[in-house]
Amino acid sequence: MTQDNNEILTQIFTLLEPFNTKGLELTADTSFTTDLELDSLAVMDFVAAIEDHFDITVPLNILPDLEKVGQVSAAVEKILKDQ
Amino acid sequence: MTTDLFEKFDTTLNHFRALPEGEGNPFTVSMEKILSPTEAIINGRKTILAGTNNYMGMTFNEDAVAAAQEALLTQGTGTTGSRVLNGTYHSHKKLEEELKKFYGTKHAMVFSTGYQANLGIISTLAGPKDYVLIDADSHASIYDGCAMGNATVIRFTHNDPENLDKRLTRVRRQDPDAGILVVVEGVYSMLGDQAPLKELAAVSKKHNAYILVDEAHSIGVFGKTGRGVAQAQGVEDQIDFIVGTFSKSVGTIGGYCVSNHPKFEVLRLVCRPYMFTASLPPSVVASATKALQIIASTNLREKLLDNSMRLNKGLADIGFNMGTTGESPIAAVIIDDIQTAIAFWGELIKEGVYVNLALPPATPNNYNLLRCSLSAAHSFEQIDLMLEKFKLVGERMGVLKQDLRRLQTA
Repeated sequence: MTQDNNEILTQIFTLLEPFNTKGLELTADTSFTTDLELDSLAVMDFVAAIEDHFDITVPLNILPDLEKVGQVSAAVEKILKDQ
Repeated sequence: MTTDLFEKFDTTLNHFRALPEGEGNPFTVSMEKILSPTEAIINGRKTILAGTNNYMGMTFNEDAVAAAQEALLTQGTGTTGSRVLNGTYHSHKKLEEELKKFYGTKHAMVFSTGYQANLGIISTLAGPKDYVLIDADSHASIYDGCAMGNATVIRFTHNDPENLDKRLTRVRRQDPDAGILVVVEGVYSMLGDQAPLKELAAVSKKHNAYILVDEAHSIGVFGKTGRGVAQAQGVEDQIDFIVGTFSKSVGTIGGYCVSNHPKFEVLRLVCRPYMFTASLPPSVVASATKALQIIASTNLREKLLDNSMRLNKGLADIGFNMGTTGESPIAAVIIDDIQTAIAFWGELIKEGVYVNLALPPATPNNYNLLRCSLSAAHSFEQIDLMLEKFKLVGERMGVLKQDLRRLQTA
């Protein structure tokens, strides 16, 4: 399955909505901690939602490098390509 | 760009500064005098201790104290060395023999704390090409063991064998020959809920994964001879590694791992949190050895769970929103907002009852909890007094169910 980055980003925005309690307008530059004010557990719950939606494995080890929504989208794209 | 190394802690510092000053601040409490396993002097006041995890009340057990005293006098205050250098005394080996006897396993390895046991075993067992799958509600020591190691770490939904199965299937699809370690806890400390070990072990075995169970909060408490949840659910033969601590039911400090794996002993030569720290002092080793013998030969579990049921039922009857049912030694009251939870804790300590204030992100479901841990050493009179104080503070703060209903309809 190949999906381009825009398509993945759109799906990630949808998955992120339940965590967007402040009702911010989501962009690739939206930060999980600074903008959405998610704690580490909320970020991990969001990652679990991504794993199940795309049927992929997202290791916790890569979380420190994923500060913005766009970075998650790029990581998902790479994982989908690699599998 | 800042040069201040402490700037990143500003949010935490501001939260701490917002807490009430004086005796209502849970982070400044100190026990001025310890009277017994269940009572201390705090803020000059006799206080019931109901947040100590002292499940068996072993801290003042006469035989355990006598064993520690004798070891102190005959072997000194500390070993001043690591287990792999000068830190292995005969008594350390005797304690490991006692653990093997207690669990009926071929191997046992003692660490200086329970935290280090998880840190060491998880980070050492799972190497760069391996996978660790952990329960989402895992203790910090499990998360830290994963962070210290080089394995790929995956988190599955709390106590959900189907979710574990789904994630293990994905791992096996992309890496059919990888080494996999599944890590769960027998009892989760915040809400006292037990893992469905039978199902979790079956799923792990189906995917040819090892399974490690942390029985920190279940040793002494569950199972016919107090070995924990694996024994209680009759699945010990399915579990590859059991980790535990001496700092709860055993009443002192230290950690351990037991296993039947034929190559287990090599861990003594490759596990850094075992190799590069001083071993437990002889007095601690002696009291742990004695306490294990007492736990195996007595049944304090029934009294402990009776106590827990009484407190849980009593709190629910008063009208508290409970996160627990009394089937484990934890009683957790859920308070809706964080400020009320902090204030409630402050009022309770002023009334002479010490419990744990547990707040997100350390709690499941972002709950604000007043977490009580019961002991077999608590008397029914103490529990009834706790109930009286909880009711008093609950009514004063308007957090009982009938008060909330009244507020909603007003």
